[in-house]
Amino acid sequence: MKAKHQRLILALVALAALIGAGLLAASALRDEAAYFYAPNDVKTKGVEPGKAIRLGGMVVGGSLKRGADGVTIHFDVSDGKATVPAQFSGIAPDLFREGSGVVAEGAFDAKGTFVATNLLAKHDERYMPRELEGMQYNETTHEMRAQP
Amino acid sequence: MHRFANPARFLKIARPLTGWLLWPGLLLTLAGCACGLFLTPADYLQGETVRILYIHVPAAWLGMAGWSGIAIAALMQLVWKHPLAAIAGRAIAAPGALFTAICLATGSIWGRPTWGTWWEWDGRMTSMLVLLFLYLGYIALANASARQGQGGVSPVTAIFGLVGAINIPIINRSVVWWNSLHQGPSITLRGSSIDGSLLWPLGLTVLGFTLLFGAIVLMRMRTLLARNRIEARMQRLARG
Repeated sequence: MKAKHQRLILALVALAALIGAGLLAASALRDEAAYFYAPNDVKTKGVEPGKAIRLGGMVVGGSLKRGADGVTIHFDVSDGKATVPAQFSGIAPDLFREGSGVVAEGAFDAKGTFVATNLLAKHDERYMPRELEGMQYNETTHEMRAQP
Repeated sequence: MHRFANPARFLKIARPLTGWLLWPGLLLTLAGCACGLFLTPADYLQGETVRILYIHVPAAWLGMAGWSGIAIAALMQLVWKHPLAAIAGRAIAAPGALFTAICLATGSIWGRPTWGTWWEWDGRMTSMLVLLFLYLGYIALANASARQGQGGVSPVTAIFGLVGAINIPIINRSVVWWNSLHQGPSITLRGSSIDGSLLWPLGLTVLGFTLLFGAIVLMRMRTLLARNRIEARMQRLARG
């Protein structure tokens, strides 16, 4: 065997070991490195009240309501499997809308409502113009539908 | 590949190729940016903010492609002892770090109006920041080994380049493996979730920036080779 081949095999074995180690670390980090809890994670794993977490999901359409004080908003966060009520006092980002994604920082109160101290809007991977040919943009659901 | 091991033969091809990459690259980049600024419609949700995409995506691609290039050059240096591979790795590092920094900066500027934050420690952003630090480490190691009179990079630097490549698939998969603030991939093998009317200038800027990147790498390789020749001549003169 030539020295060149020895070096190639050594490099490939080292690379394979490295990728294995990387994958192991990534899978071990799967829960730890998650940026937020989805409502279903909250339901299955249980998060004690007062523990600071991030809650992420979709703002349920029609659930957004403004409180009597004028600054507190109430809304439901859903991931399709579970729904959690949430509230926030302050200025929400522009992209925070019903039917769109949200990541809220805060903690659950004793009644199971998520009290957010900060809101971040999360958008999905779709990009398109408002005036798509033959399509209509729905202001409330943010869906593009074929024109009737 | 060893046909190009001779620097003279490499230079004969690299010299005209630099111009062939540089000018079309500049033209495509400028055209892509102009089209992306003026000819495409605004996004239905984000409005005009979406246009930063035409810089952000090519920068992210070249940051990651740059390190992939460093890893391939490192493999060729360590296994086949290719004399130009060490030079290539060193030449890629600076533009790679630059585009990674551009990606992070444009992402931060984009994140403020859309997400409502300049920076969050989510999987995509953190792994991209790690890539920038890897580049800085590689450049420091390469400079240290170049001072020992090797011209290219030392074997230790090459091994570092190879080990650092593990971060590339992590960046790519970070939005799939973990819940993240950054949205999932828009362009996959199954197609694009970016509408065609917004997508086409992105093709221009990706191609344009890639050609520019190639031109910069060739220029830097030529500079490093020229510096090597100067150093060799100086040493001969010093010896008398």
